[in-house]
Amino acid sequence: MGTTIRIHHVTRIEGHARIDIHLNEQGQVASTQFHVTQVRGFEKFTEGRPFYEMPAVTARICGICPVSHLLASAKACDAIMAVQIPEAARLLRELLHCAQFVQSHALSFFHLSAPDLLLGFDSGPEARNVLGLIEKHPEAARDGIALRRFGQQAIERLAGERVHPAWVVPGGVNKPLSVDTRDLILADLPLAHSILRRTLRLFKSMLDSFPEESEAFGNMPTMHAGLTDADGRLQIYDGMVRFIDADGKPAGRIARPLEYSKWIGEAALPDSYLKAPYFKPRGYPDGIYRVGPLARLNVAETCGTSEADRELLEYRQRLGRVVNRSFFYHYARLIEALYALERMEELLHMPEILDRHVRAEAGVNALEGAGIIEAPRGVLIHHYRVDERGAITGANLIVATGHNNLAISRSIQQVAERFVEGGSIREGALNRVSAVVRAYDPCLSCSTHAFGRPAFRLRLIGPAGAVLDER
Amino acid sequence: MSKARIATVWLDGCSGCHMSLLDLDEALIDLAPKVEIVYGPLVDAQEFPEAVDVTLVEGAVSSQDDLRLAQTVRARSRLVVALGDCAVTANVPSMRNQIPTKTLLERIYVDGVNVNHRVPTDGVPPLLRQACPLHEVIRVDLHVPGCPPPAAIIGYVLGELLAGRKPELAGKVKFG
Repeated sequence: MGTTIRIHHVTRIEGHARIDIHLNEQGQVASTQFHVTQVRGFEKFTEGRPFYEMPAVTARICGICPVSHLLASAKACDAIMAVQIPEAARLLRELLHCAQFVQSHALSFFHLSAPDLLLGFDSGPEARNVLGLIEKHPEAARDGIALRRFGQQAIERLAGERVHPAWVVPGGVNKPLSVDTRDLILADLPLAHSILRRTLRLFKSMLDSFPEESEAFGNMPTMHAGLTDADGRLQIYDGMVRFIDADGKPAGRIARPLEYSKWIGEAALPDSYLKAPYFKPRGYPDGIYRVGPLARLNVAETCGTSEADRELLEYRQRLGRVVNRSFFYHYARLIEALYALERMEELLHMPEILDRHVRAEAGVNALEGAGIIEAPRGVLIHHYRVDERGAITGANLIVATGHNNLAISRSIQQVAERFVEGGSIREGALNRVSAVVRAYDPCLSCSTHAFGRPAFRLRLIGPAGAVLDER
Repeated sequence: MSKARIATVWLDGCSGCHMSLLDLDEALIDLAPKVEIVYGPLVDAQEFPEAVDVTLVEGAVSSQDDLRLAQTVRARSRLVVALGDCAVTANVPSMRNQIPTKTLLERIYVDGVNVNHRVPTDGVPPLLRQACPLHEVIRVDLHVPGCPPPAAIIGYVLGELLAGRKPELAGKVKFG
């Protein structure tokens, strides 16, 4: 009879997921299932509420990257008001977003994945966490904490609070930037910068230590999607979503936010509260694509800042122009964090960012609007319909981790086939199955806005369906 | 001195309270020698362990899984803290409470997709009819409101509990 291994709690991810690994009678991996186990229903319960509440309500989808939802939501609201927001507001929103990229990427790399990378995939699970990191690699732990603090503090200085600030509003932001605040953030930049340089050096020095993981963690040709400007530069706050093939050929682009549904379809899955978006022209499930740091660096020609571009060049020299191995999400994430720091410095030095006019006022001027940004984990889409009074009549949200759902599932299958063998379950093998999920830095908090918290669990299931082992 | 056994639990919430815990920043380094995190999204334990000193619970109770875990938490923890507005009042998760779960799920998985129009049922926990605050399903020893509670408050609560004192929160916390 066959067997199922269940990972009950996929740990050190931002959410709850469960994984089932089904073995055949020879004890080989037959199939895997990635269950996301929470559903919250934002798309339904926001019906009837005033559209201008949406940024504050949808920010509560996610405490890790609330700024992402604030921004995508505010942009959808700008579209409903049919306003062009003041330039200073646009720059300030991007600045806030850059700060969020730094804190979120620091969290993913140091707090969640560094225990695998520095302590080892096979190290004892009791200490394989951020406290274990503090004990064994205090310098790296301090760097991670300080880098995340830099991002969170910048958010607090700009927006008033670290988590769920109320500063971003439809039409702009609700308070201009003061010279003092600008200077405080600028003063902290060099420290953050030196941490990132150090971390990139560290990561690059470790690249040869993970030959198996880098080969087997989601190594597959898929399409990629990401936001760029007209010149192909990496963008995180505004731009055009471009789709490319696994070999880099352009496959499509979302020219205007409301056109997203022409390019992206959504499929319900029988075994997960997380829906699976796909590239519509290719259908489901052939239209699999990836988003997030790896995909963004594949789609963009350049970052557009000098140091990040130097790192990007080296990254491409090492790995090729289009990187299809998901292990390197980590590497791409560090380059993006560097970009975010450089971009913060550019933005803070622009005189117009201090302009006092930061908010456009208007009522309902369009009955439909969509906002698209790059969340740290990938493309985020908010789409609202309203009535003449501005009450929401329909909302659709497509979040980063949703886009990656098919790719994560396929990566789990690949890692399980490589590392899991029938009969006994090696803890380190199961940790690798979890770790490939970590590489995507899935925000199951976000993805479960409608869908679920993945309880990261693992279960070994026999051919007859009996549960042989559970972790 | 043996380390205090701390667990953190994330039910139906956004993880903002866990982020606020991480916002202790460098204070985490001072805390590290005094505590062991034996369960939670930041560590690798698969089962909620026995004999936990303090469990911080973020989030409302929304699904059968949440309910079971909350009951396990109560049975195995000396002190249970409802951390943040979702655990204290059910907050944003309860915004779905007036909508029948069938209507909610069909909106998302039947009307809200282009292919495979069906509500997931395999390997996912059924929703409770309503999302409810933690104290409706288990006894709670301390309520710490906030969306999220600031890091300084979480640090204060942990510090007092580790010192064997009851944290005095009057005037220090607020909802939202």
